[in-house]
Amino acid sequence: MELLIMQLALFVLSLFLGVELITKVPPTLHTPLMSGTNAISGITLVGAVLAAGAGEASTLVHILGFAAVVMATLNVIGGYLVTNRMLAMFKRRD
Amino acid sequence: MNDSIVSLVYLAAAVLFVLGIKGLTKPKTAVRGNTLSATGMLVAVVITLLDRNIISYEYIVAGMITGGVLGGLMATRVQMTSMPQMVALLNGCGGGASLGLASASYFLAMEGSGYTSDIMGTLAVSFVMITVLIGAVTMSGSLVAFAKLQELISGQGIGFSGMKFLNAAIFIASIAILVLLCMNPANSPLFWTLVALAILLGLTLVLPIGGADMPVVIALLNSYSGIAAAAAGFILGNTVLIVTGSLVGASGLILTNIMCVAMNRSLTNVLFGVMAEGSEAIDADEVYGGKVKSAQAEEISMILETARRVVIVPGFGMAMAQAQHAVRELADVMEARGIEVEYAIHPVAGRMPGHMNVLLAEAEVPYDKMVEMDQINPTFDQTDVAIVIGANDVTNPMAREDKGSPIYGMPILNVDKANTVVVIKRSMSPGFAGLPNPLFAMDNCLMVFGDGKKAVIDITANLDLA
Repeated sequence: MELLIMQLALFVLSLFLGVELITKVPPTLHTPLMSGTNAISGITLVGAVLAAGAGEASTLVHILGFAAVVMATLNVIGGYLVTNRMLAMFKRRD
Repeated sequence: MNDSIVSLVYLAAAVLFVLGIKGLTKPKTAVRGNTLSATGMLVAVVITLLDRNIISYEYIVAGMITGGVLGGLMATRVQMTSMPQMVALLNGCGGGASLGLASASYFLAMEGSGYTSDIMGTLAVSFVMITVLIGAVTMSGSLVAFAKLQELISGQGIGFSGMKFLNAAIFIASIAILVLLCMNPANSPLFWTLVALAILLGLTLVLPIGGADMPVVIALLNSYSGIAAAAAGFILGNTVLIVTGSLVGASGLILTNIMCVAMNRSLTNVLFGVMAEGSEAIDADEVYGGKVKSAQAEEISMILETARRVVIVPGFGMAMAQAQHAVRELADVMEARGIEVEYAIHPVAGRMPGHMNVLLAEAEVPYDKMVEMDQINPTFDQTDVAIVIGANDVTNPMAREDKGSPIYGMPILNVDKANTVVVIKRSMSPGFAGLPNPLFAMDNCLMVFGDGKKAVIDITANLDLA
């Protein structure tokens, strides 16, 4: 229970940190911000990997885990690459 | 691998994510920020792959290759104009991943010792079910948004007037099932019912929302995908998921709010597909009444010749006409003649937050020339020519002056304050709001009818000769 309270505290504090950070991002970069944070939310890959690789589990669990790994990886790779592509365009003229 | 070491590595990854987002606060440091954040991701994934609970790697490897190839192909091939669809699809994947992960962990628990019947067990089940609910809504809602933006289905709102009651009914039913599952986790048919209802809810929530409101929806779904990830973090007791999920959730909410303010729409109105009440239909002929003046490219370039400051106001119509590069060339020619040129960017100029900036950046417009609405509005007084290309509603003075107008209160670009306004437009047809624009009938306004790209090229050619 105490661990849970700590996690809840972490969640709330991160929300505030998020608000502080994001409000400083200029509107020019809002699209890359969205695709970039999107890639970060692909961190679910960490959990998906644990589910897909579980030893003693049925095929159903493995298939669900596999689907999660596919979608999370797509999110991560697609998100970072497309963000990088956009940001490179903003840098070009320097 | 020692659990504390894993936790410390996760902490390092979270720090890298935060530094990565911090890098995004300036265009100069943005690429480095993105790289930092990607490094954090790599570190987190690698340390997880070394986890001792992972026995079989075949599903993981197969999944990573499939997702990686698909994601890589999409990211390198997507057109910048299609970025909203891409982000919608990525949001959907994020939601789907959370849904898959929550379902897998549910069945894994069922096959093992199940959930305990004390408070901790009930909490564990509730986290799973909340993740399933948010993840599934995000997934199906994003797919509808994708289909609308890609024009696979009609961009108009699809639905009937009582749609919000249906949505409320589905939502209440989902919550009821969620509670039942917390009391009796072993009921797997009930679990599948929850999945089905949540997917249905995503569909019925987004289908009635019209194309103009899509920027809000994408930002909101972005937020949902983050919250789903954070909820998944509570299932696994994984701190890095909780931290990053809430960061993304906050980011999406802020952008949603910015978009709502820019369109003068409340979030509830967007979500329930309510358009602002118009007092009575406004007759376009009455507004325009023979006062609209049209001009040719030669006349426009003559006006530009003597200008000292020009502001370009791009809208999504410019991107549709593929005119970004032509516009930038016009700007180059003007700058070569010593004219000061800036771009006025309305927050909803594109189809998602910051979309117009990306489209202009692709055409090699420097980012310091793109000026936000609040900064550029006071300068229109000292502007000789404002060139409006492919934008309509965001320049409509009715939003400022006409209290009875449905768009009253929406922040607009005050282009009408400029000495001369040049509007490049295909026809007199109204924008998303379906309203006539009194700007077009003003004394200082000249209309150039025709294809945006061709018109701009013609003006540039004439100006170049002068």
